[in-house]
Amino acid sequence: MSWQDLFSHLADDLGDDLGSDEGFTLVLDAENSSFVRFNHGKIRQPGDVRQGAVTLRWILGRRHASARLSLSGLAESDRATLRAARDRLRGIVQELPEDPHLLLNTHPRSTRSIDEADLPPPERITAQICQAAEGLDLVGILATGTLHRAFANHLGQRNAFSSAAALFDWSLVAGGDKAVKLSYGGTHFSFDELRGRMAKGLEQLAALQREPHTIPPGRYRAYLAPAAVEELLGLLSWDAFSCRAQRAGSSPLGRLVAGKEHLDPRVHLLEDTAGGIGPDVQGDGFLKPDAVPLITNGRHAGCLISPRSAAEYGLEHNGADARESPASLSMAGGELDAEQALQALGTGVWISNLWYLNHSDRNAGRITGMTRFATFWVQEGQIVAPLSVMRFEDRIYDLLGEALEGITRQRDLIPSASTYEARSTDSVRVPGLLLRGLTFTL
Amino acid sequence: MRPPWRCVLNASLSARFAAALPSGSDYVTLRFVEERAEILTCRNGVVQPPSTSLDRGAMITVYEAGGLGYAATSDLSASGIRQAIERARSWARQGAGAMVFDSRELPRPSPKGSWSAPAIEPWATQPISARLDRVARAEAALRIDPRIVESSASVLAIDTHSLLLTSTGGEVEQRASHLSPELEVYAHQDGLTQRRTLGGLRGTSQQGGAEVLTRFGFDQGSQRIALEAIALLEAPECPTDILDVILAPDQMMLQIHESIGHPLELDRILGDERNYAGTSFVTPEMFGTYRYGSELLNISFDPTHPNEYASYGWDDDGAPAERVLLIERGILKRPLGGHISQHRSGLPGVANSRACAWNRPPIDRMANLNLEPGSHSLQELIRQVERGVFLETNASWSIDDSRNKFQFSCEFGREIVDGELGRVVRNPSYRGISATFWRSLAGVGDRDTLQTLGTPYCGKGEPNQAVRVGHASPACLFRQVDVFGGAA
Repeated sequence: MSWQDLFSHLADDLGDDLGSDEGFTLVLDAENSSFVRFNHGKIRQPGDVRQGAVTLRWILGRRHASARLSLSGLAESDRATLRAARDRLRGIVQELPEDPHLLLNTHPRSTRSIDEADLPPPERITAQICQAAEGLDLVGILATGTLHRAFANHLGQRNAFSSAAALFDWSLVAGGDKAVKLSYGGTHFSFDELRGRMAKGLEQLAALQREPHTIPPGRYRAYLAPAAVEELLGLLSWDAFSCRAQRAGSSPLGRLVAGKEHLDPRVHLLEDTAGGIGPDVQGDGFLKPDAVPLITNGRHAGCLISPRSAAEYGLEHNGADARESPASLSMAGGELDAEQALQALGTGVWISNLWYLNHSDRNAGRITGMTRFATFWVQEGQIVAPLSVMRFEDRIYDLLGEALEGITRQRDLIPSASTYEARSTDSVRVPGLLLRGLTFTL
Repeated sequence: MRPPWRCVLNASLSARFAAALPSGSDYVTLRFVEERAEILTCRNGVVQPPSTSLDRGAMITVYEAGGLGYAATSDLSASGIRQAIERARSWARQGAGAMVFDSRELPRPSPKGSWSAPAIEPWATQPISARLDRVARAEAALRIDPRIVESSASVLAIDTHSLLLTSTGGEVEQRASHLSPELEVYAHQDGLTQRRTLGGLRGTSQQGGAEVLTRFGFDQGSQRIALEAIALLEAPECPTDILDVILAPDQMMLQIHESIGHPLELDRILGDERNYAGTSFVTPEMFGTYRYGSELLNISFDPTHPNEYASYGWDDDGAPAERVLLIERGILKRPLGGHISQHRSGLPGVANSRACAWNRPPIDRMANLNLEPGSHSLQELIRQVERGVFLETNASWSIDDSRNKFQFSCEFGREIVDGELGRVVRNPSYRGISATFWRSLAGVGDRDTLQTLGTPYCGKGEPNQAVRVGHASPACLFRQVDVFGGAA
């Protein structure tokens, strides 16, 4: 039985035995994945993971509790597990106080998105990678297979999302910490495309093998490639756009929200569900709108409001998950042609990747982080040499404000490579950014 | 007493595993893991809906024809285990001759025994209403002032049960209970927000039951935390200067973790993590001679430490747990590497091959990494400082991928002037370089200053894994550190 069929079977079974004032929501999170780890151009750790879990929330009036349960994939066994969990939850909710912030979806809308993409078998992709990696110091991971998400509730709503996707995320190492970081994947996997990206990476690798350049701490012109911008926005995605964090005053964009600061008017950010690669239903069964503007013309335009925050603060929710973090963040492109970015940078630092960003003063919007992988010293539009890793420290209001000189017209769709607990369906769509100054401190 | 169904489960898993063992493989293991978790939270006076989880499955690992493959499955039936073994065999055969090592040369542990870290006061046996009341009381005690705009108290409880079976007759069963309390407040005034917690990122985590709450003062800690958050609103920014610094244990844990623990992981040194978590400034030839820190620096790897968050009897590849000094009187002795990394590098290691769950393969992890106590009381450390700061509880962390250039921020700071603790300062941060920072260690607190801490959130690996780690440390004094405050 497929994960989706099993899920429907389990949801139907729960719906057959509802008492007065009882209800439920049920969420599926399953995958059949292959993960192959590489190091030094060889296989390090290859394997499969077949896992499925449901999260059952049992509701009695305004009381509710939830349980996440591993599924075996065997219908009878899983039905018994789920029934036992339901019985336990029935006992627990009796002892709970009413939840004033419970907001249930009372307008069921069922949807179905099943991508039957035909990916090459993981063994074949692995063999191709090994072939392409011959003689190279390649390190990284292939994650491929089918992801399944689904939602059901006692009102008969059913939402199914399945996607077959592969993502190869790898580095070509020039030596030490100097490397070219690459990624390729999607719902189709072309070996020609893989070879093309590998060849492009090798061109950059040649420049990395030059003698590294060092610069003293100070302020330098800089270009952030899309992958570096992803890291920058990834830090903000923790909680900067969260309604709950903004209300608590803990959002690092608090001054933007309060209107005391603004960004460059060319900065537009939105939660772009329609342009993303994940499901369009959040965990409580509310459909996500196609887009939620977060920053428009450099000014605060909105936040991500979960149903729970909506009930707490008396707002309309906008389809955000409980964590209130973007799942499909999109930054608008600008006028700068990416092909001209090196020339436009002139003399300064070309940063392909940033790393380990964190807040050093949330109230001030000040952040810190490291350069990583392919970072180059550039003079008069020409790459001179790789740069040793540097720590930067700046205010986000400056980086995306006065320091912002240009935004590339072209944008990259970057699927998340995160595999904590399960493969992610998040993504970002970002341009490159040309900065008049980035402050290096160490 | 062990519940009877557990024995039935072990026996039936053993039987299914034995029945499914193929004849053509060199070595096969099954690692069953069951993890039950519960989180109870009260936020802003509202009990949040309780959430529990039961995560259960098995990881099969196969050595065959020189390759190594794995397959994880939540289907523990006879056919589920058989299919997983076949998938793992298929990967092992594909890897044969194409892997970074030859599995025929790897050790094949055959451990036997059991280990447990039972709770003295099992948390889950108390009625849920009583547990929620306790959490709600702690949360209510945080709301002492209108400037407290956000408050929460929570308890994360995790019970684990694992069974490792090997095709060579090995069988190891392990059980542990873990508890992580947290208290958190945000104080706000005139556009300024300050956060204060009991232990940062659930840093007050230990093995055990409700007794862990008592050890960390969960029931009495609220007022102090709230008062300190309010004090931070009124406090000046931390001075920006080169100063002496005393780090409290709840900042030392992060300092040890990031700038000693990760760089000593042997899989990083061997390059496995270069695409994600990063590499290391430590190289194989440094072991035995390299001066990592001052004479006062002694670092132990100790998965046998009672109550510490990441204690166990055997690691996930079946190596028996043992306390080992990694840095002795400042000299680097040994890396953090399990038996596969030891074989690959030719270096000695420790029993630290660990997976976050049944669905991920083991890799080199920290477990419990501790700084051994010295002889000074906290007062004696403070008296040694003419101008400095005393910093508590990690708030922010950032370090380069070789684990060298770091910058950390803390929740709470106190000035030290002429050997006396002075006023509170806010937004304290400091930066340095691992390779030189530990050489500035000038004083190590005694056992009275030591705290045994831990966190559930150490991330690493491809595919990604977040594991529990423990860090016991006294307060420590460092000379001439680059300290700074926030933007006014």
